Amino acid sequence: MPENKFLNYIKSFREGTLILIIVALSIVMSILSSSFLTTGNIRATILSFATDGFVVMGMTLVLISGGIDLSVGSVIALVGTIVGQLYLGMGLEIWAAAGIGLLIAVILGGINGFFVTKVGLDPLITTLATMAIYRGGSYVVTKGIPLSLYKVPDSFKFLGRGDILNIPFVIIVFFTMVVVLDFLFRRSTYLRKVFYIGSNPQAAKFSGINVDKVKITVYLSSGLLAGIAGIFSISRFATATPTLSVDANMTAISACVIGGCSMSGGEGTIFGAVLGIALLAIINSSLILLDVPVYYQQLISGTILLFAVSLDYLSNRNKTN
Amino acid sequence: MDRSEPVLEVKNISKRFGGTQALKDVNLAFYPGEFHAIMGENGAGKSTLMNIIGGVYKQDTGDIIVNGNTVNIDSPHESQRLGIGFVHQEIALCTHVSVIENIILGMENKHHMLKKNFGKEIIKKTLGLFNTTINPYEKVSNLTTSYQQIVEIARALAADSKLIIFDEPTSSLTETETEALFKVIDHLKNEGIAIVYISHRMNEVFTYSDKVSVLRDGCIIDTLITADTREEEVVTKMVGREISKAYPSKSEIDLSKARELFSVENLTSEDGGFENISFTLHEQEIFGIAGLVGAGRSEVAKTICGLLKKDGGKIIHHGEEKNFENYQQAIDDGIVYLTEDRKIEGLFLNYSIAMNMSAMSLSNVSTRTILNKKKEKNESVRFIKRLAVRCSGADQTVGSLSGGNQQKVLLSKLLAVKPRLIILDEPTRGIDIGAKLEIHRLIRELANSGVGVIMISSELPEVIGACDRVMVMYEGRQTGFLESDELSEEAIIHLASGLKWNEQKNSVGEMSNA
Repeated sequence: MPENKFLNYIKSFREGTLILIIVALSIVMSILSSSFLTTGNIRATILSFATDGFVVMGMTLVLISGGIDLSVGSVIALVGTIVGQLYLGMGLEIWAAAGIGLLIAVILGGINGFFVTKVGLDPLITTLATMAIYRGGSYVVTKGIPLSLYKVPDSFKFLGRGDILNIPFVIIVFFTMVVVLDFLFRRSTYLRKVFYIGSNPQAAKFSGINVDKVKITVYLSSGLLAGIAGIFSISRFATATPTLSVDANMTAISACVIGGCSMSGGEGTIFGAVLGIALLAIINSSLILLDVPVYYQQLISGTILLFAVSLDYLSNRNKTN
Repeated sequence: MDRSEPVLEVKNISKRFGGTQALKDVNLAFYPGEFHAIMGENGAGKSTLMNIIGGVYKQDTGDIIVNGNTVNIDSPHESQRLGIGFVHQEIALCTHVSVIENIILGMENKHHMLKKNFGKEIIKKTLGLFNTTINPYEKVSNLTTSYQQIVEIARALAADSKLIIFDEPTSSLTETETEALFKVIDHLKNEGIAIVYISHRMNEVFTYSDKVSVLRDGCIIDTLITADTREEEVVTKMVGREISKAYPSKSEIDLSKARELFSVENLTSEDGGFENISFTLHEQEIFGIAGLVGAGRSEVAKTICGLLKKDGGKIIHHGEEKNFENYQQAIDDGIVYLTEDRKIEGLFLNYSIAMNMSAMSLSNVSTRTILNKKKEKNESVRFIKRLAVRCSGADQTVGSLSGGNQQKVLLSKLLAVKPRLIILDEPTRGIDIGAKLEIHRLIRELANSGVGVIMISSELPEVIGACDRVMVMYEGRQTGFLESDELSEEAIIHLASGLKWNEQKNSVGEMSNA
């Protein structure tokens, strides 16, 4: 049957399977709830994951390189609060503050990269430590008090709240980056080197790749993308709080793994990871629409992660046997 | 015991992996008390066959018959239950627990409790046969590889096996341990246990086996009574053709008058653990570096390539002095290094042939910094043809190739940068005879075409057969040079052990040994 052939083709790559699941879930949900397939709900769902989506892209890069970055949520909070404090406390222009914020994000990523490569620490431990340090930094910067940014100029508000042709600006930026980065992840020579390092760092070194240098840029990029997420966040919510994006790291890792990233490195796509976070967001919005108490959300996303990883593991094991 | 009934028989076993027919209609019978050797090139299907008997893989078609009954071996545990012991080539022990726990592990335990003297009895029955000093309560991770191998064998003995498969058990054993192993095997034979023995070592097979079966391309070519055959016959059946000449003919030009391609003067590296190495490489010459493992040969190569820090001396390539800060700079200058460890340092085993071959030459298959995947694939197809890599296509995963074909992929990765000097570290280690001949032919072609070739090898026949001139190293120093007509195993062994070697054999003497 031709239909089956088509289905098999779709299922032959990870993104295909995810699209099928998302479509199936959407059909079921639109039957169960009349408000699921409305512009309002779709817009809200995409907005809910767009900022975390930047972090997902950075996490994909880090996971492919064979590392992990637990500090991303803390980078968002620290960058957000520093920008807020520069603007409110020191009276800096908001755009200048944002620029400095991004620079700091890069430095924070660089610190991770330095300890992972030059000191040679395990990325999990390194970023577990910096996760606490950066989060702690944001408490120090704000003394724990949320900074209200409702007075920022409209141009800055536009980042997180503006629309172009009725489409939120964040979503436009996000999807543009998804398309560009997905292409680069498949075709750029620099990103190919990240894949080589993730697959076998020794062999990468013996292929003339400067492993440390590439890894540092990987962590720099992860920091920068978290910083961008931080700027969009404070614009959208008009506040900078030290509790911003507390579980962004776990959400991002879940999304990447559901999207086909291997925790041992060398595998993954941007498209897959973004579908992963989209799926998580759709499930969350479905739970809300179905009036499932909010307390169940984590429990359910955790279960889904466990199933996704098990499925992946089992199908891979069958392939190799 | 009836020795005319096979303990285990395989009938018409076939197995495919994707596009590769790993085994085809294999028929073999193993009898009690018989030492049955299985020989074949890498990739011939030996491991696949043994993994089917051992319950790791499931055959596509065919039957396995144990003691007259057709059985379904669906797990290693089931295989063990049927009395099949397996001594793996790659050690498969739990390294963080003790020797005795490893030996007992996996034994059929009916009472779920061990009798008090059980351990002692088992040790006597197993380790005791080896006459070793292994402490049964030592953690396995504290043992040397050869001791671990003995534990692995002891474990198979403990399980009361009726048939034991040995997959290249001597590859990491010393001579004394090897002798002890064959004594144990002899003992097992007397007990009526069937021995299945996989090895590349002709002399072992010819000294100890009763029968030899030759596998080639997944088929049993022949099963011979060892006493009635000769090594040459077995090799011919393994390769499928007469081996006329193992190595291509050497350079015929006068090397002392040939153009100098490359030289090092007093090269010293503290990290590399060697000092004052000087040599010159000429055009059309294959220059060998011989010595024992750990003599500093690979380190010299790595220092030349900028992979290790240079502390002194000069590197001169095509008349210019070079100081490479990293490997990429050496590659840009046309110097490449073939690592001795292709699985750990060489290949990306989970990636395709194409992705492996392009890893050092991404700029050749990209426009600005964007990869052209079509070009990448075409390039790799070109190398697959040139080096006759046996595979289903450029998209095949490198990990699923045989050792010889993996080595060809690794060589292609280096050749893709169009090198001017290629340093080969153990270029034919662990690969089959066919691929070995092809690689040697390729190396000679490279030298003849003007590429500088330095070859490091621990295999003396290879050094003698392939190299035009050889430098021998011992503990980080060069102990001598041998011209083509001076090359002999004796000479190399003397120099590699830190002894002097002169034409007159009487003048052999001890060199200063710090």
